[in-house]
Amino acid sequence: MNPPHAVVEVEGLRKDYTGEPPIRALREVSFTIVSNDFVAVTGPSGSGKTTLLALLGLLDEPTAGEYRLDGQDVSGLNDRRRAAIRAHKVGFVFQAFHLIDYRTVLENVQLGLMYQGVRRPQRISRSLEVIDHVGLRHRAQAPCSTLSGGERQRVAIARVLVREPSLILCDEPTGNLDSSNTDQVLMLLDQLHSDGMTIVLITHDPAVAHRANRRFEMTDGRLSEPVRAGHD
Amino acid sequence: MEDSRSPSGQDMTREPNSALRAVDVLFEASTAVWRRPVRTLLTALGTIVGVAAFVMTTGLAATASAQVSSSFDALEATEVRVQDVQPDGSHLFPADVDVRLSALNGVVAAGVIYELRHDEDLAARGSPSLNGGVAAQIPILAASPGALDASRVTVGSGVLYGSFHADRAELVAVLGRVAADDLGIHDVSAQPAVFIGSRAFTVVGIIDNAVRNPGLLLSVVIPSSTERKYFGSGGIEAEVVIDTEPGAASLIGRQAALALRPDDPERLRVLVPPDPASLRNAVESEVTALYYALAGLSLAIGTIAIANSTLLNTIERRSEIGLRRALGAKRSHIVRQVVVEASITGAFAGVVGAALAVTGIGIISSLREWTATIEPLLVAAAPILGLATGALAGVVPAARASRTPPAVTLRS
Ligand SMILES: Nc1ncnc2c1ncn2[C@@H]1O[C@H](COP(=O)(O)OP(=O)(O)OP(=O)(O)O)[C@@H](O)[C@H]1O
Ligand SMILES: [Mg+2]
Repeated sequence: MNPPHAVVEVEGLRKDYTGEPPIRALREVSFTIVSNDFVAVTGPSGSGKTTLLALLGLLDEPTAGEYRLDGQDVSGLNDRRRAAIRAHKVGFVFQAFHLIDYRTVLENVQLGLMYQGVRRPQRISRSLEVIDHVGLRHRAQAPCSTLSGGERQRVAIARVLVREPSLILCDEPTGNLDSSNTDQVLMLLDQLHSDGMTIVLITHDPAVAHRANRRFEMTDGRLSEPVRAGHD
Repeated sequence: MEDSRSPSGQDMTREPNSALRAVDVLFEASTAVWRRPVRTLLTALGTIVGVAAFVMTTGLAATASAQVSSSFDALEATEVRVQDVQPDGSHLFPADVDVRLSALNGVVAAGVIYELRHDEDLAARGSPSLNGGVAAQIPILAASPGALDASRVTVGSGVLYGSFHADRAELVAVLGRVAADDLGIHDVSAQPAVFIGSRAFTVVGIIDNAVRNPGLLLSVVIPSSTERKYFGSGGIEAEVVIDTEPGAASLIGRQAALALRPDDPERLRVLVPPDPASLRNAVESEVTALYYALAGLSLAIGTIAIANSTLLNTIERRSEIGLRRALGAKRSHIVRQVVVEASITGAFAGVVGAALAVTGIGIISSLREWTATIEPLLVAAAPILGLATGALAGVVPAARASRTPPAVTLRS
């Protein structure tokens, strides 16, 4: 395996939400995440976890601070270039799954490649591979509206997998799942981690956080890393 | 993949791009349209009604004006007559009426026709061998060859006399169907004769029908030149009959008097039919202006309807749009997809609307016993009209949708 390199380098990252009163959701956060890190982010509600994830995934723009993703300075890019970086480097797993209900499993997974400009035949063959990998081959042509919650989240993970991103961001991926489905999803994430992927995962569940090799604690917009676990 | 995972630095100079293929836009948009047929139908409903109303009103306008024009008698519309204001028994019209009027642009045929004055000596009689020479009360008409043509005469047997006979003032005659019966003449192949006064006229033909001058059917008809040469009566109720090209009647009406009597045009009275063109135009422009206003209105309503439902649609699909943005869609990709979806929906509405309209026109026409007149181009244009409507209507919702912040995916 490649020697670890910095995937995320954040320096003085800040996010204020304008409004009355303005909300300082993230205050001067700095950290580095290297390849094959599995970071669990925990903290009370409203502490700024999702805000941090939105900035790391270039879904939102910081008020101040530096951000290098894969060695490239991505702060201050325009919308087009941020879209391009999202398309190629970032994969998301959402608490709400975000599948397109009226489309099939295969089509939803393909969507992960569409904005990378990959041609349809390649999209289909690569998508079928990852659908197989998450154990949903038999449901490939099923409309997503017919899937269970656990199956949905596995489709969402397949959609991340097929993109081969540098960074996988998960916001409470098991928040809507029962314990057996939670286990299945966590096993898949573990597998991604052992395959060398870099993962940042927000969770309220200590058992889930326990699977990670690093743990960020957010309180009131500030980040701390209480125990620095070694790489496994 | 190996590239993008390799340690930072060198390969990052390559700018990654977010790309969406045209075929994918089409596929994504059409899937969004066809996978949710009920929603599509609801989105399209306003446009279906709009296009249907548009095609129907323009189609009905065409059908209605076709009815208006066909209700004008084509025969009447091409007929001009010139009469004497103060008949005094003198020869009112020149000998060369046919030639003078034929020179006018728009004249199909023209000629003079008049009745010979009643006179015991001039009674028409059949050949002694046919009808015992019994004198019959049969009117005698003099008509130039052009007058026969202008009267739209059809020949049952034999031929009409022509300018060949008329120029030589030959002793020939044609008989009306009724007169021929009275005289016992049914076949002209044996060259039967009728007598007027002491002169024998060879019967060259029998007139079967004369739509503009049914009087011809009762009469013995001889060339006006022959009448001038042998009787010179001047005649009574002399009249010039002109058959014009469609639409030329009023023009000819203005020119005829001067052409016939350049010296004294005032003496002539010209009868022209009401101008069908201006009458039709008057009716048509009123009817069609109304119809087109309605059609335009319905299309505008259709556009607003599709814009409105597309807008609702994109608001409802906010999380799908946010997802696409999170997956790397640029704003322009979202715009393209929404506009193409609206265009496909509009084209579909155009097809359905046109089909409804054609059915509607058929039903209305058959109830009114009209002949349905539908411009095929209009029906063919309906899907394009719908497509354009959809594209236009899609612009605003598309622009709005494209501003969906990708972060919504984390907040719902
Ligand atoms: N778009 C926004 N506009 C204004 N304030 C916002 C916005 N999004 C988040 N906030 C505020 O920023 C703060 C941090 O929110 P954030 O969603 O990051 O918290 P969180 O740690 O993810 O909480 P939870 O565990 O409940 O998901 C909160 O006070 C929230 O109300
Ligand atoms: Mg959150």
